[in-house]
Amino acid sequence: MDFTLQKEYKVAQQLFKDFAEKEVKPLAQEIDEQHRFPRETVEKMQKFGFMGIPFPKAYGGQGCDTLTYVLCVEELSKVCATTGVIVSAHTSLCADLLYKYGTEEQKQKYLVPLASGQKLGAFGLTEPGAGTDASGQQTKAVLDGEEYVLNGSKIFITNAGEAEVYIVFAMTDSSIGTKGISCFIVEKGTPGFTFGTPEKKMGICGSATNELIFSDCRVPKENLVSKEGKGFGIAMSTLDGGRIGIAAQALGIAAGALDRSLAYVKERKQFGRSIAGFQNTQFTLADMATEVEAARCLVYKAAVTKDTQKKYSLEAAMAKLKASRVAEYVTDRAVQLHGGYGYIREYEVERMMRDAKITEIYEGTSEVMKMVISGSLLK
Amino acid sequence: MKIIVCVKQVPDTTEVRLDPVKGTLIREGVPSIMNPDDKAGLEAALRIKDSKGAEVTVLTMGPPQAADVLRESLAMGADEAVLVTDRAFGGADTWATSCTLAAACGRLGYDIIFTGRQAIDGDTAQVGPEMAEHLNIPNVSYAAAIESEGEHLLVKREFEDRYHEVRVQMPCLITALAELNTPRYMTPGGIFTAYREKEITTWTRADLPVEDENIGLKGSPTKVVKSFPKTVKAAGMKIERGVDESVQFIMDKLKEKYIL
Repeated sequence: MDFTLQKEYKVAQQLFKDFAEKEVKPLAQEIDEQHRFPRETVEKMQKFGFMGIPFPKAYGGQGCDTLTYVLCVEELSKVCATTGVIVSAHTSLCADLLYKYGTEEQKQKYLVPLASGQKLGAFGLTEPGAGTDASGQQTKAVLDGEEYVLNGSKIFITNAGEAEVYIVFAMTDSSIGTKGISCFIVEKGTPGFTFGTPEKKMGICGSATNELIFSDCRVPKENLVSKEGKGFGIAMSTLDGGRIGIAAQALGIAAGALDRSLAYVKERKQFGRSIAGFQNTQFTLADMATEVEAARCLVYKAAVTKDTQKKYSLEAAMAKLKASRVAEYVTDRAVQLHGGYGYIREYEVERMMRDAKITEIYEGTSEVMKMVISGSLLK
Repeated sequence: MKIIVCVKQVPDTTEVRLDPVKGTLIREGVPSIMNPDDKAGLEAALRIKDSKGAEVTVLTMGPPQAADVLRESLAMGADEAVLVTDRAFGGADTWATSCTLAAACGRLGYDIIFTGRQAIDGDTAQVGPEMAEHLNIPNVSYAAAIESEGEHLLVKREFEDRYHEVRVQMPCLITALAELNTPRYMTPGGIFTAYREKEITTWTRADLPVEDENIGLKGSPTKVVKSFPKTVKAAGMKIERGVDESVQFIMDKLKEKYIL
């Protein structure tokens, strides 16, 4: 067992770090305050292959793996959690689903442009009445000739409005519960498919979070993913992968807040000396760094498990549960170490503390993670 | 078209400090990077490859760890990489370095050779032009813009106060300024390919037709007698006011410092 990253991972990590510092960090505060989707950053990430990291080159991807993808989301999220989730939702929830469950035709038509950076992806499962209880889907899909007709709506959808390709879940038979849920690919611009007004959020304010509205939206029959009734299983298995992405985002937020705190405590002087000289500061930093490293071990382990073994639900759930808690804890301590300045927008830890909270909620709440973990323990 | 790009691994001088006693660079713990001017040369070569098609080979002379900048070049899009490494080449000054690299270029064959203007750890700006002399090909230094036109390159050559536009026939050697372009990022997949699939060709003393008196420390006419840090001067101040007001400002400053 070796905990050091091999050379190619270190070089990739440095690439993501350089990109994050030069291209992402300068916009982080601005897009947060203006609630603006960073389209220009997404275009750069598409150009340099960041949107298809774990997929084979034959499908337009980079031919790397989940660990490389995690390193990317971590480094981006260190400076901007919004940018981290854009990549995560696109990669884990949309492209990875098509890679795993799409037919060869669906992969050529949708995965190739997603992985090669021509299109952005999104995933729509949540509904007003179907959050953690995803079985309560109200969106319906009825087969009519060669097309399915979709009616209903999805809420809190990341990349909504900005993405060109959407994975959408809908009931094809509501009489049989989760066994009646099916999965579809819907293109932006399809008649009857519109978006609601953007949500006003606590954090990740540059990320597009919006409602998907389907009103007699006709989707070609060949855009059904897998078979009718397989949607729930597809959604749950896809979310297992998504949790690794969000865990990496949470890890990045925490590591970024630790970086800012280390820099700040060396500069800030009180009582005639730098606050880094006080034992309270030192002990707080020690706790923060230890928590970040613990989260990192779980996140990287989950990524490697996904790459090397069939089952990784448990590792993904543990990684997300821990990393999101660590993001909450470390950003809270970072604000405390910054004192009054930490509460001011100009200092990034204020944004990081707001951004951290969502990682305990989306793609499965911490409570759902505990259900997954305990379910595995008590099997 | 065959393009050779000479790159050098250098310490990131933005993070280098000088030993105040010895006057030498403290290199320990300092990250190594691709020399910025060289990276611009590589980008220029890759742009020619993208637009007109070319085979781009990166070449470096250095210790085995210099292979890192070759892998970085491959991850950016270069096709082949050659590392010239041998203890016999160690301690080379610009003469010995240019003799060695010119021999390597001769063996590779080329239409264009790109080098950086100068390396940030040496700042001599001599190796590129010397290579052109050894190879007996035209050299255009300080390139700030390049266009290719058939058998020729149109190069905008930058001076402190003016530009020269030069039309040069290939084969030729161009030394690039960092300002020439913004080098592309590596791609994640490019990194994996560079480390897992690509081979780096290694040439040692025996592989190059160069005479013993022209290589390594013994073949270097330059001897460093002493190195010492430059006295640091305070940053200057620019005053943009009317004549009277400026004169008054200067007089006040001189009085403030008890010069008047």
